[in-house]
Amino acid sequence: MVNRMSARRLEDSQTPRFAPGDRVQVPSRPVLGHCRTPWYVRGKRGVICAVHGRFRDPERLAYHFPGLPAQVLYKVRFAQQEVWPSYRGRADDHIEIDIYEHWLEPAR
Amino acid sequence: MAPKRKTMPRKGAGGRAAHDIGGLNFGKIDRAEHDPALWEKRTDAMQRLLTSPGKRAFSVDGLRRVIEDYGEQVYDRTTYYEKWIRALRNLVVEQELMTRAELETRMAEVRARHAKAGRRVSKAKIPW
Amino acid sequence: MHEDDHDHGAEGAAHGGHAHPPLQKDHDAGTMSPYEVLEEALRSLLIEKGILSAEEIAGAVDLMDSRTPTLGAKVIARAWVDPAFKKRLLKDTRAALLELDIDIGTIAEFATVENTPEVHNVIVCTLCSCYPKMLLGLPPAWYKSLAYRSRTVVDPRGVLGEFGLELPGEVELRVHDSTADLRYLVLPMRPKATRGWSEAALAAIVTRDCMIGTALPRVTAKAGPRRAQRAA
Repeated sequence: MVNRMSARRLEDSQTPRFAPGDRVQVPSRPVLGHCRTPWYVRGKRGVICAVHGRFRDPERLAYHFPGLPAQVLYKVRFAQQEVWPSYRGRADDHIEIDIYEHWLEPAR
Repeated sequence: MAPKRKTMPRKGAGGRAAHDIGGLNFGKIDRAEHDPALWEKRTDAMQRLLTSPGKRAFSVDGLRRVIEDYGEQVYDRTTYYEKWIRALRNLVVEQELMTRAELETRMAEVRARHAKAGRRVSKAKIPW
Repeated sequence: MHEDDHDHGAEGAAHGGHAHPPLQKDHDAGTMSPYEVLEEALRSLLIEKGILSAEEIAGAVDLMDSRTPTLGAKVIARAWVDPAFKKRLLKDTRAALLELDIDIGTIAEFATVENTPEVHNVIVCTLCSCYPKMLLGLPPAWYKSLAYRSRTVVDPRGVLGEFGLELPGEVELRVHDSTADLRYLVLPMRPKATRGWSEAALAAIVTRDCMIGTALPRVTAKAGPRRAQRAA
């Protein structure tokens, strides 16, 4: 059995923009069309916890484009108390979301 | 035939799309187990096949995009597979694999055949 | 007009190779919904136009039927007994599954998140219902529900409470929203009371909900390796 990758993933030798441990922020910008960055995390700050690799851009794939340039996909960890003003759980509860590079900026 | 579903008006909530519901509260979770019907399994099968590298008729992202454009009333009131079979229909027509007319004709034939075999068949239409 | 004896529209030869009775009158099956009509119409046209074949569709249905929580449980049990496999599972889930002859195909990548005494993981997809179906099969209806999708990210403890799961106060609750090309699998902690159990006995206590994060494996009086009968 051949070990193959998801068809949406591309090999890549370029250095990703962010690395694990980097503090990042999701911009609050208007969205036109298909988007996989949830509403609840816009404007929130988190930390990169993993770099998944480069994948075709779903925002382009959704309209029959090839999804290029492929975007680096990151796992980003947010404190629940940062995301939800009235979160009623532990201070160290977290939520982790997979976010494409073009939806991340360095945290201010 | 669709189960009674709570709908939650959320348009105008500053740009949140109908499907983007993380953080809202749609109430208690109904944990009843339902085996998918055969038509639902076939919907899933056709979706996997048509989006596979071998066929590439369209992408799963395209299907999601179509579903996201339904509007919140339809979104909240249809089941998971109802959403997906409708999206498959829209995309095969969008990609010109068949025409709307061909589908509507075939649906009429399917209805007639099952009615003739003694089954009650809904005449409801699924909006394009 | 089709007078087709080999009609795949009802419970015909959908499961390639299995014998089925001919089309039966389903008087008590309820009204056929327009979505069910659409599925049959769409499928028949795709087949007629040579885009898909009936065999391919039946094969794809059978493939998904063969992926079940039992398969996932075997993976968890293997990780419990074999620390090196567990490490490989956490590092590269696709490759580790391939070792067990489980090919997850090209839909998505998989990742495994491990429960520890400090962290409990739970999986959701708020935007649609992404789920590791190439291992666990089709997701339960509740996973796809608006209630689960909306509430799990903001009130995970409340949601787990509805599933009868109360976590100790000092455990971090970590929610994973499957927003992109990864599907997540929870590796639950092995209960202490399972020391010496076989892989098969271990797999038997790993339920689907354990691998989503809405349950924990439970050791009950009935569970466990059968004790050999002593000769009288």
